[in-house]
Amino acid sequence: MSVDKETVMKIARLSRIAISDAEAESMVPELNAILGWVEQLAEVDVSGVEPTTAVIPNKLRLREDKVTDGDVREKVLANAPARENGFFGVPKVIE
Amino acid sequence: MTESTYRIQGSTGEWEVVIGLEVHAQITTNAKLFSGAATEFGQEPNTQVSLVDAAMPGMLPVPNEECLRQAVRTGLAINAQINKYSRFDRKNYFYADLPQGYQISQLFHPIVGEGEIEVQLDEKDPDSEVRVIGVERIHVEQDAGKLMHDQHPTMSYVDLNRCGVALMEIVSRPDLRSPSEVGAYVKKLRSILRYVGSCDGNMEQGSMRADVNVSVRKPGPITEENPLGTRSETKNVNSIRFMMQVIEYEAQRQVDLIEDGGTVAQETRLFDASKGETRSMRSKEDAHDYRYFPDPDLLPIELSDEFIEECRASLPELPDAKRARYENELDVSAYNAAVLTADADTAFWFEGMLAAGAKPKAASNWLLSELFGALNKLDKTLAESPVNPSQAAELLGLVDDGTISGKIAKDVFEIMLESGQGAAAIVEEKGLKQESDTGAIEAVIADVMAANEDKVAEYRGGKDRLFGFFVGQTMKAMQGKANPQVVNELLKKVLDL
Amino acid sequence: MSDITELGVAAIRDGVAKGEFTAVEAAEAFNANVAAGRALNAFIVETPEMAIEAAKAIDADKAAGKPLGKMAGVPIGMKDLFCTEGVQSTAGSKILEGFIPQYESTVSANLWKAGAGMLGKLNMDQFAMGSSNETSHFGNVLSPWRIQGSNHDLVPGGSSGGSASVVAARLCPGATGTDTGGSIRQPAAFTGITGIKPTYGRCSRWGVVAFASSLDQAGSLAHDVRDCAIMLEAMAGFDPKDTTSLDAQVPDWEAALSSDLKGKKVGIPKEYRMDGMDGEIEALWQKGIELLTDAGAQIVDISLPHTKYALPAYYIIAPAEASSNLARYDGVRYGLRDLPDGAGLQDMYAVTRAAGFGSEVKRRIMIGTYVLSAGFYDAYYTQAQKIRTLIAQDFEKAWEKCDVILAPSTPTAAFAPGEQSDNPLAMYLNDVFAVPASMAGLPAMSVPAGLNKDGLPLGLQIIGKAMDEQSVLNAGLAIEERADFTARPEKWW
Ligand SMILES: [Mg+2]
Ligand SMILES: [Zn+2]
Repeated sequence: MSVDKETVMKIARLSRIAISDAEAESMVPELNAILGWVEQLAEVDVSGVEPTTAVIPNKLRLREDKVTDGDVREKVLANAPARENGFFGVPKVIE
Repeated sequence: MTESTYRIQGSTGEWEVVIGLEVHAQITTNAKLFSGAATEFGQEPNTQVSLVDAAMPGMLPVPNEECLRQAVRTGLAINAQINKYSRFDRKNYFYADLPQGYQISQLFHPIVGEGEIEVQLDEKDPDSEVRVIGVERIHVEQDAGKLMHDQHPTMSYVDLNRCGVALMEIVSRPDLRSPSEVGAYVKKLRSILRYVGSCDGNMEQGSMRADVNVSVRKPGPITEENPLGTRSETKNVNSIRFMMQVIEYEAQRQVDLIEDGGTVAQETRLFDASKGETRSMRSKEDAHDYRYFPDPDLLPIELSDEFIEECRASLPELPDAKRARYENELDVSAYNAAVLTADADTAFWFEGMLAAGAKPKAASNWLLSELFGALNKLDKTLAESPVNPSQAAELLGLVDDGTISGKIAKDVFEIMLESGQGAAAIVEEKGLKQESDTGAIEAVIADVMAANEDKVAEYRGGKDRLFGFFVGQTMKAMQGKANPQVVNELLKKVLDL
Repeated sequence: MSDITELGVAAIRDGVAKGEFTAVEAAEAFNANVAAGRALNAFIVETPEMAIEAAKAIDADKAAGKPLGKMAGVPIGMKDLFCTEGVQSTAGSKILEGFIPQYESTVSANLWKAGAGMLGKLNMDQFAMGSSNETSHFGNVLSPWRIQGSNHDLVPGGSSGGSASVVAARLCPGATGTDTGGSIRQPAAFTGITGIKPTYGRCSRWGVVAFASSLDQAGSLAHDVRDCAIMLEAMAGFDPKDTTSLDAQVPDWEAALSSDLKGKKVGIPKEYRMDGMDGEIEALWQKGIELLTDAGAQIVDISLPHTKYALPAYYIIAPAEASSNLARYDGVRYGLRDLPDGAGLQDMYAVTRAAGFGSEVKRRIMIGTYVLSAGFYDAYYTQAQKIRTLIAQDFEKAWEKCDVILAPSTPTAAFAPGEQSDNPLAMYLNDVFAVPASMAGLPAMSVPAGLNKDGLPLGLQIIGKAMDEQSVLNAGLAIEERADFTARPEKWW
C-alpha cells in the first residue's frame, strides 16, 4: 500500500497537523519509503498467533472506589494558555 | 392499532420505523473511572479534576473496580453474557472536552455481551403487549468534560469535572418500532438500573442519556430485498419525551427525503429541543475515523468466577420477579403490582409496610391512593414523606382490628402528616376510638327515632331508602365514632318490625 | 584532594559517607563542569541551586548521624522526558516549552529519596524520537568524542544523547535515560559509557512523558556497571499509579555483582550477523565472546528467527502508540498555543501542532495515524503485534539454551551531524540490534568494549531474561573488567 498527496493531506487532517501542499508533496516519498519497508511484515505467517497484549506477564490492578484526588484546580490550571473564572478558555465552538 | 404497528403515512404508502438506542448511564461511584477525583454533580468548575483527568504529560489511568462490578451486576440483571476477558480501547478524536485526545472505551472486547429486557408496552395495563428488546452489549467508558459557549463573547469555557466519570453504554438491538416502545424501554431500563443501584437514572442531571438511531423501511420481514434502512444517530438526548420527539421528527424527515427521491445519510445529528428538530453535526463529520486500538497503558480485564458470583449474589429481587410475587403470593391486584414495582423506592416502601405487619392488599391500595395522593398535594417525593412505612402500618392496623373506621383513618392520617405523631397516640388523645357497645348505640338510635317519628312511619310505609338517613343521623350523633356494621344491624332490628 | 568529577556514583557516595569530601563539595564541582560544558548543549535547564540544596540536606543528615540513602550525595542529570515539579519539562519539544509540571515523576522522586541531587534537565531527541539528538527543539547535543586528529562534531546518539554526553564528558557522574527502542544503549555505545534498560515494568512510567507506552522504560547511564546498578536500584520499584509496573521486590543488584560466569551460558544469535556487517563490529563481537569465555561462561549458538522483522514491526507499533499519546498536546491546557486571528478550535489544534512538533515527530505521528486508520489497522497494527509475539517467543526458546545473549549494541560507531538526518530509514537502522529486546520487554545493557580505527568507542550489548537484570549486570561486569576500556574523549569543550 502506498500513499498519494491526498492521503497525506487526509492523514495530516486526522492528526490535526497543518501542512502546506509543498510539505504534503515532499512527505509522499518519505512515507512511502517507510511504508514500503514495513510491507515485509506481510510475508510472516502469523496464523494461530495472538497479538501481544502484555509484553511481560502481568495482571491488571484495580483501584478501590475512594476519592483520593482532585480538588487541585490551581495545579490543573497552572499552565493554561488561557484561563478565566476557573475554566480553560478555547476559541468559541459553534456546535 | 397497538403500539407494535406504529406507521408513518407517506405518499408511497406506509413506512415502518426501526429504532436502536445507545443509552449512556453514569455508573454510581464515589470516584472516577481512572482517577481518584470525585464524581459529585454541580461542583465548582475544574475542582473535581485530577492531573490524570486533565491529561497532564506522563499521567496514567488506574481502573476503579466498582465501575467494573456495577457493569457486571447490570449485565447479570438483564441475563446478559458476562465476558471474563475484556479490554479497554482508545477511541481517538480531537475535541476540547476530551483532554487525552482519546476516549478510553471498549470496542473490540466489551465487558458485557448479549442480553435482553422484557418491556410491557403500557405499564399501566397489565394485559398490554410485552416485547423482548435485545441488548447487544454493555461497555464501560469515560465521560467527557463540559463546554460552555454562552459565558464569553469570543471564548468557550472548558470544565473537566465530568471528564473521566464512568459510564455504561448500553447498546440495544434495532428491535424498537415506535416512540412509545422506546419510552417503555427506557423506563424499564431505568427501573432495572435503579434496582441494581448501578445508576441513579437521574436524567435531569444527565446521569442517563441516549444516542437515538432511527431508520425507516417498508413494513414486512427484513430480507435482502427489504433490508434495514440507513440510520441517523441523534446524540445525547436527555429525556424520554425528547427521545420520542426525535423519533417522530427523524422518521418523518427520512420518509419525506426518500419519497422526494433523496437518500438518508448515515450521520450523527443534534436535537434542538427548542425547535423540536434534529440537525446534522457537520462539525465532527470529517473526524469520523476513530483509529480504535487497545490502550497500551492498560492490561486486559480478566474476571474470576468468584467475582462474577459475588456480583450475582449481591443482586436484589428485580422488578419482574417482584411484580409476579406481589400478584401471585400477596394477591395484590395486577395493576397495583405493576405500579408498586415500577420504581425501586416504591417497592421498598411497600415492603417496609409489610415488614411492620401491614396486610398486602390494604397496604398496596392505601399506598397508591392515600399516600401518593397526600404526597402529591404536599408536592413531596416518597423519600420526603413525613410518614414512614411502620407508622403507616400502625394506622392500617387500627382499621384492620376495628379500633377506627376507614373514614376516621383518613382524618388520623391528616394529623399524622402535620404532627408526625403515631396513629395510636392520635386516636387515644383525640378519643377517636370507635364505639361498638350495642347499649350506647341503641340509646342513640332510640333518640333518633323519637326525633323523627314521621320518617319512621314513611320508612315503615315502604320508603326503604330512608334507611341511609337513619344511619347518617345515628353516626352524626356519635361523631362518626360508631362502628358502621353494628349501627346497621341495630337499626334494621328496630326499624324492620 | 583529587578531582571529584573524575569519580563515579559509587565513589562519590562512598566518599561522602566516609567524609573524604562533603556532598556540597561534590555538587559544586559538578556544577562547575556543567557551566564549563555548555558547548556540548547537553542541558536544556541547569539547576545548580537544586544540586546544592540536596547536597546540604545530605551533609546535614550525615552530621546528625542519620542513615544515608543509596545515592546520598550524588548529583545527577535528569533526562528532560521526566516531569520534575517546578522545573520546566519539555521532552525536547517546542510544544512543551515553558511547561512547569506541578508533580514529580515517580522515578525522579525515587532518586531524590535515595539522596541524589539534580544538576539539570538534559537535552534529548524530541519526544525521544531519534537516534542522534538532532531532533531537539533546543538544538543538537554534541558528543564529547571526536575522530582522532579531527575537530568535526559527532552525534552522541539518541534519544538519551544529553544523558550520554554529560556522563562521557564528566559533567555528571550518572544520568537517567529512557529506552523505547535503544535510546539508552545506542547513545551509551556511541559515547563509551555504560547504560542499562531494565525489564519493562521495573521502573514506573508515571510522570514520564509517554512516547510508546508498551515499550517505554527508564534506565541509567553511568561510567560503569556498578554505577548503573546502584542508580537503577534507586530508580526502580513497584508503583500503584502505573498499572503496567511490576509488583516485585527490587533486588540488591550492587551487592550481588559478580564477574565469575562459571556455569553460565551465553547465547550468540546467528541472525544478528547481518550481511554487510561492519568488520570492526564483527571483530568486537568476537572479542566479547572471548572475554566472556575467559570469565568462565559457556558460549552457545542460538537462533532468533524473527530478528529482521523486529525493526519494521517496531516502526508500526511505536508510531501508532505515539500518534495517540501525543494527541494531548493540543494547546488547550498547557504548552504552546498558536491561535491565528479568527481561527476556530480545530484550526488552533492543527496550527499549534504544526508549529510545536518537529519534523521527525510529525512523521511518526502521521505514520501512526495512517497504520491505525480505517481499513489498515489489521494489516499493519495487528500484524505487527502478532510478530511481536513471535519475537518474544524466539527469546523464550533461546532461554532454554542460554542465560544471557551477547550482541553488538550498534551497527556502527558515532557519525557526524547531518550525515543521516535526511534519510529516516538509515537513521532507524541504528537501533536494529537494540529493538528486539525492547519489543520483548527484556533487560539489556551496553558496555564499552573497544575503539574503532578512528578511535571512537564501540559497545557490546547483553540481553537477559525478564526480571534477571542481575545476570545482565554480571556479564556486563565480566566484559568491563577484561576489556579494560579506559579511553576518554579529549577535552575540547
Ligand atoms: Mg453512540
Ligand atoms: Zn459511548
